[in-house]
Amino acid sequence: MAKYILKRVLYMILTLFLIATFTFFLMKMLPGSPIASSPKLTHEQLAAVEAKYGLDKPLPVQYGIYMKKMVQLDFGVSYQFKGANVTELIINRAGPSFLLGIQALILGTIGGIILGMIAALRQNTVWDYGSTLIAIFGISIPSFVFASLLQYWIGVKGGFLPVGLWENGWQSSILPTIALAMGPLATSARFIRTEMIEVLGTDYITLAKAKGASGLEIAFKHAFRNALIPLITVMGPLAAGLVTGSLVVEQIFAIPGIGEQFVKAINSSDYSLIMGTTMFFSVLLILVIFIVDILYGIVDPRIRLTGGNK
Amino acid sequence: MTNEYRKLPPEAFKHVHMDGSHSEKISKPSLNFWQDAWLRIRKNKAAVVSIFVLLFIILMSFIGPMISPHDFETQEITHANLPPKVPGLEKLGIFDGTGNMGGQKVNLYEMKNVDTYYWFGTDGLGRDMFSRVWKGTQISLLIALVAAVIDMVIGVAYGGISAFYGGRVDDAMQRIVEILYGIPTLIVVILMILVMDPGIVAIIIAISITGWIGMSRIVRGQVLKFKNQEFVLAARTLGASNGRIIKKHLLPNVMAVIIINTMFTIPSAIFFEAFLSFIGLGLQSPDASLGTLINDGYKLIQFQPHILAIPAAIISLLMIAFNLIGDGLRDALDPKMKD
Repeated sequence: MAKYILKRVLYMILTLFLIATFTFFLMKMLPGSPIASSPKLTHEQLAAVEAKYGLDKPLPVQYGIYMKKMVQLDFGVSYQFKGANVTELIINRAGPSFLLGIQALILGTIGGIILGMIAALRQNTVWDYGSTLIAIFGISIPSFVFASLLQYWIGVKGGFLPVGLWENGWQSSILPTIALAMGPLATSARFIRTEMIEVLGTDYITLAKAKGASGLEIAFKHAFRNALIPLITVMGPLAAGLVTGSLVVEQIFAIPGIGEQFVKAINSSDYSLIMGTTMFFSVLLILVIFIVDILYGIVDPRIRLTGGNK
Repeated sequence: MTNEYRKLPPEAFKHVHMDGSHSEKISKPSLNFWQDAWLRIRKNKAAVVSIFVLLFIILMSFIGPMISPHDFETQEITHANLPPKVPGLEKLGIFDGTGNMGGQKVNLYEMKNVDTYYWFGTDGLGRDMFSRVWKGTQISLLIALVAAVIDMVIGVAYGGISAFYGGRVDDAMQRIVEILYGIPTLIVVILMILVMDPGIVAIIIAISITGWIGMSRIVRGQVLKFKNQEFVLAARTLGASNGRIIKKHLLPNVMAVIIINTMFTIPSAIFFEAFLSFIGLGLQSPDASLGTLINDGYKLIQFQPHILAIPAAIISLLMIAFNLIGDGLRDALDPKMKD
């Protein structure tokens, strides 16, 4: 186990190193720069600004400085917001994004588990078809379509909940959370349904039935627990989906989160902010996948983490 | 019910002789794997309906721009923001060109003196939504096709070679995949598109960098499972070449998994294109994709809901159809995975 964790950590570091390198050289290849397009600067002023940001040094030196700073979590200064530190910008924006992400993950998985269990226990009834339909819609309808419909029908037409922004406390988070939760909800509902049906067909469930356990007892005490374990494996992709979703959902509801800032940074070529956010997302997702893998091995010892191909 | 047989007269029964020569007779024509799968998918109503919906959308995306009297990129400012109006249906009180104007329902076509029909209305620049929506659908379908081909070619070849040759080749190839797998797709796609000009080519290249990894892992697992089984050993003993083993023995066994996986790659590729277009990294005007149309419509949702509603409905239908066909194929091709 320790050997496996060590190996995985090394891979994580290597992956992050590659992403950082890749990001750096891509940013250098990009046409134009936020400074060069400023028409009012004289040649000397331009040189001074370049020197200030370290853009006058040869590429390998810039790369070295960049890597060293990255290890110290210093992603430089945003071009867009004058002099603002990228790390601070990201941290300041993290609150709403994390709240939304975690709320959506909890709502989505719990809702999905309930839907999936209903579907499995009432297989081939109206309940099953209903929850399968919700799951298919949840997987198929793009988050931005769902978010804009939600905003229009409930926020604008209904008027019960804030249409956007982050000014009404927790109320503001309700609609975006629902919009984000649809993906995890649909994925976990489908997953739990399939797993439950498979578990319900195993011998130990038949044994429990033969010994006279009630339907509810079998469903919750025996089947549910075992159906739940494999759900951990989809947590990695779910987290990636939440990050993707947050970019559009935060944009639609005008939420001051990391995703909204990232889209703005992309549209205004704020390279250091893009690099910083890219690294932040990468670390986040790689960590999630790592934790999920380790957790899975702990919860289900049958899984051989060393994953041989012999 | 249980005692009913007693009422039958003795003449109703007759002696049957066991005939050894018929015991091995096959009464039904034997079906191969694909015929069997076809019989199973035909019973799945959702999948059958989805196939028709998908065919309809594909057909419309090609003939739609042709049958519309208006071009997809011509701007007619005087015809801007018109709601849908369809000949025939207008007499029923729907799609008659009535829209909101300052909180009141008025026929915008009469008000603006427009004597032509825009079946799906027009956008903010007076472009015909009908042609634009179907043009956009073409883009989504093109992305779907490209993603599927990349998955089938690169993913299958990579996974297959890695597993079939094994040993050091496998080790090296898997180290690369392990690193690539750790990189979030979103990050790669956004970075690639920043470097290249936004557009369809950039999206396709971005998808081809990471899109095949999932498939390669699945194919590798499958080939590893099959390549040491007895039927492959038997073929090898009989002198079959590597090429023949791959073509005749391994590929047919892996085919089901490849098809199922491709069917789920397609909707996610369609979603990715629409997503990128929505955040402004996709196609640039006057080209349209479903994502850019939804982005345009979202901005005008309060005043002109039809601009959002139509492309949103089509992309949702397209995604639902692909997902349901994928589900149906999975159940039909792989009875073990059936829920």
